Amino acid sequence: MTVNGWIQIALFCAIVTALTKPLGGYMARLFSGERTFLSPVLGPVERALYRLGGVDEKTEHHWLTYGVAMLFFSVAGFLALYALQRLQAVLPFNPAGQAAVEESLAFNTSVSFVTNTNWQSYVPETTMSYFTQMAGLTVHNFVSAATGIALAVALVRGFARRSAQTVGNFWVDLTRGTLYLLLPISIVVGLFFVWQGMPQNLGAYTEATTLEGAKQVIAQGPVASQEVIKMLGTNGGGFFNANSAHPFENPNALTNLVQMVLIFVIAAALTNMFGRMVGNQRQGWAIFAVMGLLFLAGVAVLYSAEAPGNPAFASLGIDQAAGAFQAGGNMEGKEVRFGIANSALFATITTDASCGAVNTMHDSLMPLAGMVPLVNIMLGEIIFGGVGSGLYGMLLFAVLAVFIAGLMVGRTPEYLGKKIEAKEVKMAMLAILVLPLSILGFTAIATVLPDGLAGPANQGPHGFSEILYAYTSATGNNGSAFAGISANTTFYNSTLGIAMFVGRFLMIVPMLAIAGSLAAKKIVPPSGGTFPTDSPLFVGLLVGVILIVGGLTYFPALALGPLVEHLAMNAGTLY
Amino acid sequence: MLKQIRPAFMMIVAMTIITGLIYPLGMTGIAQILFPHQAQGSLVSKDGKVIGSDLIGQNFADEKYFHGRPSATTDTDPGDATKSVPAPYNAANSAGSNAGPTSKALVDRVIQDAEKLKAENPSLPIPVDLVTTSASGLDPDITPAGAFFQVPRVAKARGLPEDRVRQLVKDSIQDRLLGIIGEPHVNVLRLNLALDTLTGVK
Repeated sequence: MTVNGWIQIALFCAIVTALTKPLGGYMARLFSGERTFLSPVLGPVERALYRLGGVDEKTEHHWLTYGVAMLFFSVAGFLALYALQRLQAVLPFNPAGQAAVEESLAFNTSVSFVTNTNWQSYVPETTMSYFTQMAGLTVHNFVSAATGIALAVALVRGFARRSAQTVGNFWVDLTRGTLYLLLPISIVVGLFFVWQGMPQNLGAYTEATTLEGAKQVIAQGPVASQEVIKMLGTNGGGFFNANSAHPFENPNALTNLVQMVLIFVIAAALTNMFGRMVGNQRQGWAIFAVMGLLFLAGVAVLYSAEAPGNPAFASLGIDQAAGAFQAGGNMEGKEVRFGIANSALFATITTDASCGAVNTMHDSLMPLAGMVPLVNIMLGEIIFGGVGSGLYGMLLFAVLAVFIAGLMVGRTPEYLGKKIEAKEVKMAMLAILVLPLSILGFTAIATVLPDGLAGPANQGPHGFSEILYAYTSATGNNGSAFAGISANTTFYNSTLGIAMFVGRFLMIVPMLAIAGSLAAKKIVPPSGGTFPTDSPLFVGLLVGVILIVGGLTYFPALALGPLVEHLAMNAGTLY
Repeated sequence: MLKQIRPAFMMIVAMTIITGLIYPLGMTGIAQILFPHQAQGSLVSKDGKVIGSDLIGQNFADEKYFHGRPSATTDTDPGDATKSVPAPYNAANSAGSNAGPTSKALVDRVIQDAEKLKAENPSLPIPVDLVTTSASGLDPDITPAGAFFQVPRVAKARGLPEDRVRQLVKDSIQDRLLGIIGEPHVNVLRLNLALDTLTGVK
């Protein structure tokens, strides 16, 4: 590890922290229905959308209607995206002549993008037409992100309101999130990305004759417009197979820094929006602190595991030490312009959030380094997390934490003045238990079926890690991979598709139920016995609950994969 | 509840038009006007012909050129469409090796490459980037250490003094942005073009 590496990490933290409050304030105003500085331009578009959809923007919905609207919208999106992929051969903007996408792959990809996972069983530059990338995948990068934000806003309203029957209007939240938040940032930062070297064209792939006279076909496309929302919406589905490691998707260290900030910025701002809407910004900063601590722990482990390099190379006369002329470390599956620090930082961020974009190949990370992304996703991607899903996932853990604190002192637990009762705790547990059921259940099935065992590219414990990572990533709606696994098979496309569906919607429904139930409650004024949830004690308790719940659930599986691989590696075993 | 079906379908259509057509096509138009070079993929031309992109690595194998990093990209086997064959720096099919740290195949490959490099320059330890595949398979850069390591071979092949070539490498190093962000690197295509200019190769 180098001093410069840590300075770069600190710089990233400073930028995200600085943006949290202003963006949080903007979002609080936006989702409270206030006018913003963009209203003169976007107001007419917004109202036209409501007229078109027959939406009455003044009507608010019960949590159940809100959830049903979200589900219908997801189904409609799924159908549209599936149709687009199957028909792409006859649609325009297809200079590379891509054929129709095969059924199980089209199913998997549709679920993947509708659930904000962006798992990619396909190689984009040899599978998807520009039209599918724009009118299909880019659209879902916007709306699946806006859906996540809408759901988080609904839950926050549940905490903020008293004796209310409604949690908001899904269509209004969706529209406002897309038009006023995601689109303007995408336009500005997207153009910045082009300036820095990202292609944005509709032309055919370029055929170059290299300096040595060989032929090189260079894939092109409308990259920047998709890239920016891929990061901002924590989607993570690359325009190219190598994702943000591809020089066209991430040309230099500055675009890399901006991409990392984009992943976290909305999730971080949501904590501040939450604090504002419940009337105490310190409540938001407490959640921010929990996320920040867990984030820093992840970076530290990952960076320190990568920096020394691979012990198997030590005796081969290879220099893996960091110096003035090289970053050193484990460079397999990394890009020179990012080196170790920026790769370790990116890998942590992308799995803390449900992004799943990669600038380094996670499959080639050192065993303990590769365990960090796994653990980040297993904990539920609540460390800042996916846009929206991170906050609502974290608030479910907060409900659990105050419940445990209540049990310890024998008092009815309260959070933000709302009594936490049997219903909320049951629903929170249901949402939290869905993840391990899907991750561990599917992994167990895949490790005993021949179709599952055919997948891994690596042998030994690392092969098991590839399977475990695939179901973890799918269930957690992350989308990154230990990409050696051959997942474009009927077995994996179907089971991973189901895992993505389960991980998204079976978590959302109980969460919305909590939102509805909380909104209906009165607010109890704080008394001397109230456990302050904006204190360092609460931050510590919440971190503890997250680690214990996550640790106990997944430790056996992690022991079979990365932990045993680490021990084998130190003993000099190869597979 | 069923009242929500109509907005669901109308919204997906409207959002497709706004974020799936107007937005990317508008961005393409603006980008082509403001930054045409970058928007077209930062292509490099020589004598009116496209020889590659500034951002995409090439598979240099000739002694007289600096070499990039090993690349794990593949192409479809011309004989059997269900199989793939190694095709380094295939810019239409980016990929990493995805070899795990305890992979025997990885270590065997590194041993082989290291032996070749050691024969070429026994005086220096081998910089790790020269024996490891990049994440994209298209890394346009090597580390300054990786470039310095290759100086004796390139100088010999070109009949140039080593100091002259070493100076060229020094001039080609792109440092960290503001001295902080990123890692120092050398763009291999740019370095080789400069080398050709130096020796008057056309």
